[in-house]
Amino acid sequence: MTDSEYSKRDWQCHPPYRHDPYKSTSLRGPRQPLVPIKHTLSEITGPIYGHGDIDPVDSDLTRNATRGGEALGERIIVTGRVLDDRGRPVSGTLIEVWQANAAGRYIHKVDQHDAPIDPNFFGAGRFLTDDDGRYRMITVKPGAYPWGNHPNAWRPSHIHFSILGPCIATRLVTQMYFPGDPLLPYDPIFNSTPDVKARQRLVANFSLDITEPGRALGYEFDIVLRGRDETPTEQ
Amino acid sequence: MLKQTPSQTIGPFFAYGLTPEEYGKSGIWSGILVNDATKGERIRIHGQVIDGAGEPVTDALLEIWQADHDGRYHHPSANEKEVFQGFGRRSTDENGMYSFMTIKPGRVPATQQRKQAPHVNLIVFSRGILVHAYTRIYFSDELEANNSDPVLQSVDHKRRATLIANRDESRAVPRYNFNVHLQGRHETVFFDV
Ligand SMILES: [Fe+3]
Repeated sequence: MTDSEYSKRDWQCHPPYRHDPYKSTSLRGPRQPLVPIKHTLSEITGPIYGHGDIDPVDSDLTRNATRGGEALGERIIVTGRVLDDRGRPVSGTLIEVWQANAAGRYIHKVDQHDAPIDPNFFGAGRFLTDDDGRYRMITVKPGAYPWGNHPNAWRPSHIHFSILGPCIATRLVTQMYFPGDPLLPYDPIFNSTPDVKARQRLVANFSLDITEPGRALGYEFDIVLRGRDETPTEQ
Repeated sequence: MLKQTPSQTIGPFFAYGLTPEEYGKSGIWSGILVNDATKGERIRIHGQVIDGAGEPVTDALLEIWQADHDGRYHHPSANEKEVFQGFGRRSTDENGMYSFMTIKPGRVPATQQRKQAPHVNLIVFSRGILVHAYTRIYFSDELEANNSDPVLQSVDHKRRATLIANRDESRAVPRYNFNVHLQGRHETVFFDV
């Protein structure tokens, strides 16, 4: 098994557990150094999701609230590929997303923000990547919202992404941001990533090629997971 | 080599996306991993997530991944509903508590010669955690297997107890208690997986 381990987590890319500007890390981020683990079957296997009961509408957040009307806001298409760090497509993997509505309000029960709820927007979706590792979703651009981290703190517009990948070692939860958002330099979560270049990989690219004329703007967001050192010979 | 996409916190508002049952949408995974056809001893893994101030973490998401009764992971052939999927997902409640209904896993190979002690892999997400934390749940009634488990033995013996769930026989379904301490004197051992 040792010759087919997944590459290590790159701590230049990933944030530390303690990042003082993001207040909640102070009591929640583990403080002891992580204990290294040599990958066993437990880490290089993971759940498979392929039962086929994902509805195509699950990737259209403008319609999946199923109230009959369309969500309010600026319609966007978000598409991209899930790749491993060797550039190979990660196919058939489950992506789950959730986000605020165009006004910056989550449907979540504890969201206190005084912005309107849109009855036609639920704000969550899920879909699988195709053989080429590609996914595609339709949604509305989420609004910024205030939060209690520091005086006048606002989260930049973002979409939460959860990606399973092929195994436990590749599990990733992240957030996608929008290019040119003036709030990015002030956001302690976005800036928790130590490497400035790594941070930019959380920002989608606007793409005219992806737009649907007269209907929706287009953004491209690729996701890179940890890859396996070698293609294993056994199945 | 391409560079990895950075992790970000799951934030406080994941529930309607990842555990959406209470929002009237069907979820993909739940805290119940067993059905009538599942082989193995029914157990409940139960506990609390606690922060550095000793307060319950009421907005954590926990995922477990485990082998079946025979020590096999259903990967990559898990495409039938009848087979034990081995994956569960729960969020903590208003007291920071979580609970999974599952089976006691068998022993998974470590190397050709050695086996690992029975264990459940646990991933912890929450607001304030920028990279999800991995740990393992071992079982208090597997003393002998635990003593020869390569991962457990790689942990400083003073901290090993944080990885062991205590068996409680006082209920119809045996319960293993496993609290997750994000910080503090009893901080759970987390692994750099
Ligand atoms: Fe958010």
